[in-house]
Order: sequence, then C-alpha cells, then structure tokens
Amino acid sequence: MTQTLIRPPAVDERVAVRNPLQNLLGRPEVGALVGAVVLFVFFALVSQTFLQPNAIATVLYGSSTIGIMAVGVSLLMIGGEFDLSTGVAVISSALTASMFSWYFSTNVWVGVILALVVSVGIGYVNGWILMRTKLPSFIVTLATFLMLTGLNLGLTRLIGGSVSSPSISNMDGFKSAQAIFASSVTIGSVDVKITVFIWIALVAVASWVLLRTKVGNWIFAVGGDANAARAVGVPVKGTKIGLFMAVGFCGWILGMHNLFAFDSVQSGEGVGNEFLYIIAAVIGGCLLTGGYGSAVGGAIGAFIFGMANKGIVYAQWNPDWFKFFLGLMLLLATIVNLIVKRRAELK
Amino acid sequence: MNAKQIDQQQLLKDEKDPLTHTPVHLLSLENVGKHYGNIVALRDVTMAVDNGRVTCVLGDNGAGKSTLIKIIAGLHQHDEGVLHIMGEERKFDSPRDALDAGIATVYQDLAVVPLMPIWRNFFLGSELTSGFGPFKSLDVQKMKDITKKELAEMGIDLRDVEQPIGQLSGGERQCVAIARAVYFGAKVLILDEPTAALGVKQSGVVLRYILQARDRGLGVIFITHNPHHAFPVGDRFLLLKRGKSIGYYDKKDITLDELTAQMAGGAELAELAHELEQLGGHSDVVKEVQAEVAGTSR
Repeated sequence: MTQTLIRPPAVDERVAVRNPLQNLLGRPEVGALVGAVVLFVFFALVSQTFLQPNAIATVLYGSSTIGIMAVGVSLLMIGGEFDLSTGVAVISSALTASMFSWYFSTNVWVGVILALVVSVGIGYVNGWILMRTKLPSFIVTLATFLMLTGLNLGLTRLIGGSVSSPSISNMDGFKSAQAIFASSVTIGSVDVKITVFIWIALVAVASWVLLRTKVGNWIFAVGGDANAARAVGVPVKGTKIGLFMAVGFCGWILGMHNLFAFDSVQSGEGVGNEFLYIIAAVIGGCLLTGGYGSAVGGAIGAFIFGMANKGIVYAQWNPDWFKFFLGLMLLLATIVNLIVKRRAELK
Repeated sequence: MNAKQIDQQQLLKDEKDPLTHTPVHLLSLENVGKHYGNIVALRDVTMAVDNGRVTCVLGDNGAGKSTLIKIIAGLHQHDEGVLHIMGEERKFDSPRDALDAGIATVYQDLAVVPLMPIWRNFFLGSELTSGFGPFKSLDVQKMKDITKKELAEMGIDLRDVEQPIGQLSGGERQCVAIARAVYFGAKVLILDEPTAALGVKQSGVVLRYILQARDRGLGVIFITHNPHHAFPVGDRFLLLKRGKSIGYYDKKDITLDELTAQMAGGAELAELAHELEQLGGHSDVVKEVQAEVAGTSR
C-alpha cells in the first residue's frame, strides 16, 4: 500500500493560510468578548465615574460574586447538564456553617468544613439521582431547589427561631475565616475584594482542567455525545457526578463569602440567582446542549453582568432597565452561539 | 505498510476441527443468545474470530447484527451461551471491560463527538499525559503528532487535526475510527456497517482499511448487509436472520452467488417481483428483480 500512498505536501493547499482573525472567531467566548468590549466602551462614554479605579473594583467585585459560581456552572453546562439548585445551595452552605457552629458553640472553622461537606454532598446527590434515574437535570435539580428552599427556611426557624441565622461575629475563628473569605487587598489606593482573586484563580484552574487534562477531555465528550463517550471507555457517570460536586464546591466558596462579609445570613435569600449563573455561562458561549464552551467565557459573561449591573447605577439611570438589558444580552448571545455551532458542524 | 503479509490460504489450511479446540480462537461464541424482556433478539449464534482473519456477519435489518456486536463490545450482556476470549470464558460488564480485553468497536454512528477536534477524538478515553499526581496534563503536541502520523500511515491525508471531527466526511470518520482502534493495540476490531452510508468509491477505501487491519494481524468482525462488500474481504461468513443463525461458512465452502442467494432468500425475491408487478412497478425494475430470482435459483 505504501506505493499508492501520496505523501501530503508540507503545506497543504486545502488549508488556507491561517487567518488569525478567523482563528479567533472560532473560539467559544468571542461573542461575549466583543459584547464586553462594546459594553465597557459604552459605559466609559456615558458615565464619568465608570473608569475610576474604585468603580472598576466595585464592578469586579459584583462580577466575582456571579463569576465564582459561573465557573462551576460553565463546566457543568459543557458537560451537558445544568443545575437549578445553585442559588439556594449557596445559602444552604452559609446557613450550615453559621447554624452548626452557633448551636454547638464550636470554632467557626468546624462549621466551615462541615459546610464544604454539605455543599459537595448536595452536588453528589444531584448527580447521583440524575445518573441513577436518567431524568432530565431540569427536573432533578428543580426538585433539589425546592427542597433546599424549604429546608433553609424551616431549619433556620426551628434552630435559631428567626428568618436569619444568629450573629457569629464574636465566635472563635470568625476573624481568620473572614480574612480568607471576605477581606480586601489594597492595591495602590483601591480596595479590591478577595473574591476577585479567588474568582480569577478558579477560572485559571478550570481552564487548565478543561483544556489540558484527561478530565477536561471527558467533560467535553460527555456533553458532546454521552453514548459515544461511554463507548470509548470514558467514565460518563463519574464525570457528571464530579461536575455537580465541583458546582457544590464553588457554591461553598460563595456561601462562605456571603456569611463572613457580614455575620449572619437571611434564610430566604438566593432564590433566582441560579439563573444569573446560567445566564453568565450562556452569554460566555457555553452551549445549553453541552459539549462546547469555556471557563473564560463564563468569566466574561459574569463580567458583562457585573458591568451592566453597576454601570447602570454609575450612568445614573433607573435600574429598572437592567433586567430588560440582561434579557437582550442573553438572546443575542444565544443566537451567536447557535451560528457558531452550526458552522462547527458544517460538513 | 511494513506489516507482514499473511497468506490467507495458509491460514485456511490450518483450520482446526471445532471439537478439538486446539489452538484456541482469539474470540469465539457458542450458542449465544439474548432477549429483551419477552423479545428474543438473538439465539444460538456460534462463530469464531482469529488473528489475521476477517469474520463477516451478514443479515438484513433487524436480523440481530447490532445485538451481536453489542454483546461482544460490552454494551449488553448475553443471557445464554458462552463467550470465550483466548479460550477464557468472559462476560463484559462495560465497554471498558471489552476494550481492556483488546476488543475495539467502530460503530455505525461512529462513536465520535462531532464538536471535538480530531486529535481529541482519536485519544478520547485513552489520553496521553505527562507530569505527576494531580498535575498530570495532556501531552497535546505528542497526541497531535501521533494522530497525524497514524492517519497518514493508513493513507488518510487530513487537512488539520485541530478541526472538529464533525466536519469530516463519513468515510474519513470511519478511517479515523479504524486507525484509532489499530493504534490502541486492539486484537479484535469490530466494524458495524462501515460501508452502509458510503458511496462506491468511499466503500472501496474502507474495505482497503479492513484488509490493512487484517494484515496487521488483527481479528476483524465485519458487520454488513452487502454480500458484495463482505465476500472479497471475508474469510468466514455468519448469516443471521430474525435473530437466528441461518448459516456459518468458510470462504472455501461458498461462492458469492450462493452467499447472495442465502442472504436474499429466493422465495422472498420472487414474492417481491410479483408484488412490484401488481403495484405497476417500473418494468425495468421488475425485470431486474426477476433476473435476480433466476440468478439465485440457479
């Protein structure tokens, strides 16, 4: 057969000279990036205060509280699932930490570790039920969402007798936990919240896992075609359950921030936030059907959210317009994603 | 291709009596059956696969071909009979089990993830890594190079291993899947209808890869409903119909015409010709079918 084989020429004539612009346009997060730049320039023009370092730090802080969750949610979405329980699971985590250490008068860190176990455990249960029953993740996590909402309210009232958790600010370990989860770092004259750095670190780790590890390859595969992935030996169940646990881990970090930024948590909070995380991931170029997207995209999506949220205030507009604007962004982003996917599947 | 050419006639001469079982087959099935609830999908299937040999499984739609390969590939488990690998009785719990036993499958729907690049698909489930412990990362450059090299060795010249595999043609995707199985040291290669959705020329290309895989010493199971594709490359032929084996032949015992006749079933063809005539089918088509009937009853 060797004789019949025609060696490909060193430069293949069928591959046009790699156009850097075209290369860039093929990336999942490019739509979001363009949107982010446009939005940034827009707010910079209409508001005098938007470009000041303090304002930027505020925008980044707002972005990070969405972005930390968007990291996990993006990975999960690339893996072909989504999670409606994330918003209240964050509050569940914070409540677990504060109620446990308050009720048993332990060091705050005991509660913090227990909250980590609970958060990751909620993710595990979500994933396990999903894999066991093969129900859509919409149904399973909607059920978890409702149950957690009820548990948050019910248990908080039962144990603490109030709708908010009791203050834990004078308990052992509070100061050190606050330093980890809710402090600020002064850069020049600007206070930058620590969540911004945690967010950036999470995005970096998630990007590395996604693009440069075995597990990352599996995440794309289980989201792109779970049957094909299973047939070549990818542990589909383990990968998906692991993704739900990763989302739980992100929820724990944000929950701890919410707790230690103040000293108590409102048990009814968090409802509706799950959609913000999903919106950030979708704006960032993650396909709702799975198999395509990036962690950086989710971060850009969260940044767009943060800019829009705070930018409207800096521009001194009525914040009522924010939701309309968010919906419009979501629609545009989804259309861009659809076009990208069609082109990628083009034969 | 530097692999040793294996003389097929020589191999056929060494055929052992199925009762003595010396030497053992690479893979063999004895009276294997499978039912889904009260539906019998497969029953009493006996076949063998050896190194450097192609075993063809022929049958029409719904004959049980897919069920058979799903059992061998570890996607389903058989309820009756025994499956031997190198003489050892096995029952696979998962595709991973089958893969570890050296059985690789190239599926009809190809088992590739369309949105992922070719090189990621090539190494999916068996990724190469470098580094230690939790810092193990993919050896991207090495994987890309190997993908390119392996595909070139199969005579497939791909534009760019970074492009999504969904952009390739059906024949190209088949070849990537076959090259993947060969590279990962498969001992048994199962090909599920690789030529079903392909044109004449593309089919020829795929048949050539089947022979290449055989000449590299793999045992090949080639599933098809086309005797014209099966006969030139096959050494053994198992014919399935409605979940049952209706014949198991060595190449020396059967001709292409006989194979075609067995496949189609003369009586059924005659019935079809009659039906077409009644429906006022195109006279040319009717004549063609009648000629075929005459051919099979020869």
